[in-house]
Amino acid sequence: MRPTAALTPLVALALAATTLTACGGGSGSDPDTVKVSFKQSTDNSVKVMDTYLADIRKQFEKAHPGKKVELVPIKAPDSEYYTKLQQMLRSPKTAPDLVYEDTFLINSDITSGYLKPLDPYLAKWPDWNRFIDTAKAAAKGEDGKTYGVPDGTDTRGLWFNKDVFEKAGLPADWQPRTWNDVLTAARTIKKKVPDVIPLNAYTGKPVGEAAAMQTFEMLLYGTVDGGTDPLYDKNSKKWIAGGKAFEDALSFVETVYREKLGPDVSDALDPNVMTRVRGEWLPQGKLAIALDGSWLPQDWLPGSGHEWPEWSRTLGLAAMPTQHGQAPGKVSMSGGWTWSIPAKAGNPDLAFEFVKTMQTKANAQKWYVANSGIAVREDVAEDPAYVDAQPGIKFFTDLVSTTHYRPAYPAYPKVSTAIQEAMEGVTTGDTSVAEATSSYTDALKDATDNQVVER
Amino acid sequence: MTATAPHPRLTKTPEDGHPAHGPRRPLRILPLTPAVVLLLLFLAGPIAYCVYIAFTDLQLTGQAEESFVGLDNFTRAFGDEAFLNAVWLTLVFTVVSSLIGQNTLGLALAVLMRRASKPVRTLTGGIVVTAWVLPEVVAGFLLYAFFRREGTLNAILDWLHLPSQNWLFTLPILAVSFANVWRGTAFSMLVYSAALNEIPREITEAAEVDGAGGRRRMWHITLPMIRRSIGTNLMLNTLQTLSVFGLIWVMTRGGPGGRSQTLPLFMYEQAFQNSLIGYGTAVALLLLLVGSLFSLIYLRLLRTEV
Repeated sequence: MRPTAALTPLVALALAATTLTACGGGSGSDPDTVKVSFKQSTDNSVKVMDTYLADIRKQFEKAHPGKKVELVPIKAPDSEYYTKLQQMLRSPKTAPDLVYEDTFLINSDITSGYLKPLDPYLAKWPDWNRFIDTAKAAAKGEDGKTYGVPDGTDTRGLWFNKDVFEKAGLPADWQPRTWNDVLTAARTIKKKVPDVIPLNAYTGKPVGEAAAMQTFEMLLYGTVDGGTDPLYDKNSKKWIAGGKAFEDALSFVETVYREKLGPDVSDALDPNVMTRVRGEWLPQGKLAIALDGSWLPQDWLPGSGHEWPEWSRTLGLAAMPTQHGQAPGKVSMSGGWTWSIPAKAGNPDLAFEFVKTMQTKANAQKWYVANSGIAVREDVAEDPAYVDAQPGIKFFTDLVSTTHYRPAYPAYPKVSTAIQEAMEGVTTGDTSVAEATSSYTDALKDATDNQVVER
Repeated sequence: MTATAPHPRLTKTPEDGHPAHGPRRPLRILPLTPAVVLLLLFLAGPIAYCVYIAFTDLQLTGQAEESFVGLDNFTRAFGDEAFLNAVWLTLVFTVVSSLIGQNTLGLALAVLMRRASKPVRTLTGGIVVTAWVLPEVVAGFLLYAFFRREGTLNAILDWLHLPSQNWLFTLPILAVSFANVWRGTAFSMLVYSAALNEIPREITEAAEVDGAGGRRRMWHITLPMIRRSIGTNLMLNTLQTLSVFGLIWVMTRGGPGGRSQTLPLFMYEQAFQNSLIGYGTAVALLLLLVGSLFSLIYLRLLRTEV
């Protein structure tokens, strides 16, 4: 008996330990093969990335005789993808030659020394001048060097169902000017079309970063004018403690769930709510307004598994307004992904050649259209073939002028978790706005080694 | 239990080590070497590394170099409300689902099945064992479907005109505890069935002749005689329950608001979502401590029986 008893927790621990040390096989690299890691959709019917990369691989192998591309898909939800990737990047044995990095975590990975600065390559690559400045900044480390080539960005706004709006007596060209306009519309829908969810705003830890960025920061960045950052003070390099702006944004979330303007709280905190919004609630007309991202049509394209080509007739688009309608009137948050070369990559030169193939104007344009991405190359953004490729592209591309990138410094993921916790507290009604704000400030101090400033 | 059998022989070996056997001893150890090397490499190695990083501030990302921080991770844990919450929930989960649920239900099933007819026995046994052999994640999805708002449980309650609710939201820790009972009872049932079969028929019959009723026979004969199995079963169940992760992750992800976040989930969140590997590992060591505490209690329980 005794040996078994001691063994079980030890085995559990050993399992944890082997995961932690990222023991993995894998041989050294073959100089003629580029290993490309990317995030494969967890939805088997969505093959957008796979199809696109297979096409690029064919082009690349044709243009570089004797060279081969090995695609290494990682099939996981966002948060697990990062974990897996970071474990791979730790060792030269497992590090691929090219990785797909979310700008959400790129600075964190740069600080860890996982990525290679690309400046020497970029200097010799004329196409780099075609990228817009904000996008270039998204993959810049605190050391001023660039660590990734963005393959597009995203913006966020309000999607609304015109049929539901008609039933509620609201205009089909709805353009709210303040937060109150949004809430008023939601209240009207609740009263006039009671079987429809008036407004969806992601909240709480189950949806992770989507809650922090898509809902909370869309609100928080709308409490100020376009120029200031309400989360991070660039001059002092300190994070901003929860104050009036934070409370206002949190109050909005509280109002939505307290007045039952959002989905049932138990649905809102279901980890699968994002899939339901896109696959069920919006297409079936069960949701009136969704605060969501530019990429939604990706799920409704032909061949996606949930085809809904009529979406552009049913859904209208409106920019998220600032709190009181103050300048610049609308707000958006942007993120996106970049292609980066790991510091421990075996074939960095060849990897950059692969990036160049992906980022020819034609290929870049193909990709933006295929994944409902927003162009970060000005030559594509101006091209009518891109603008007319899909309804909504122009709307979301125009939001780029008033968009914000997150302060994606190493502490950001922890800050994001603290935001999600504050949101979850007011959503369930467990904590008041004031309590949640003060817990946020405590969590923020803890996450950032007390690099916090009051404003 | 089988492990205790070789002990007397092992202790004897040095005594009867005649001089003639001496030179052969190193050779006898030889066949064991690969196993020992493998254990050292894959078990002791990672554990030692694990203990080491529990004392550092190692992160998965966001840090150039880790440094030794002594007991910081541990003091931090005890000042962390979320950690204390997780400890409390782990205890609730273990007591409700393992000690009370799996253990008693497994014993009850084993006793009842001895009296049941063969078809009933086969059917019940089949169902219970199926729940046990299902992968944790599959079981998690099944029970998620059972407890969710549009799920089976609420459909039954509706049909009975009883109020329904979202169990995963209102009573998450009880829902996951129930799931663990559902999944793990088979193990206890098998252990107890085997133990009950070991009780000599004559003793039970003698008690019956002496006029002892069912309840008295259970209390004075059956339970004392299977005491050893109870200890074994409690220990294995507890250790298994302490490390349950997939089931809870699939059903609730520890939510809402951390109301079903047991220690393994808390550890995962710290290590992989907040990328605090050092802190997460320290929590893992504390979980190990909780496991050994339970083990010690059960070992005492076993020792009193001679």
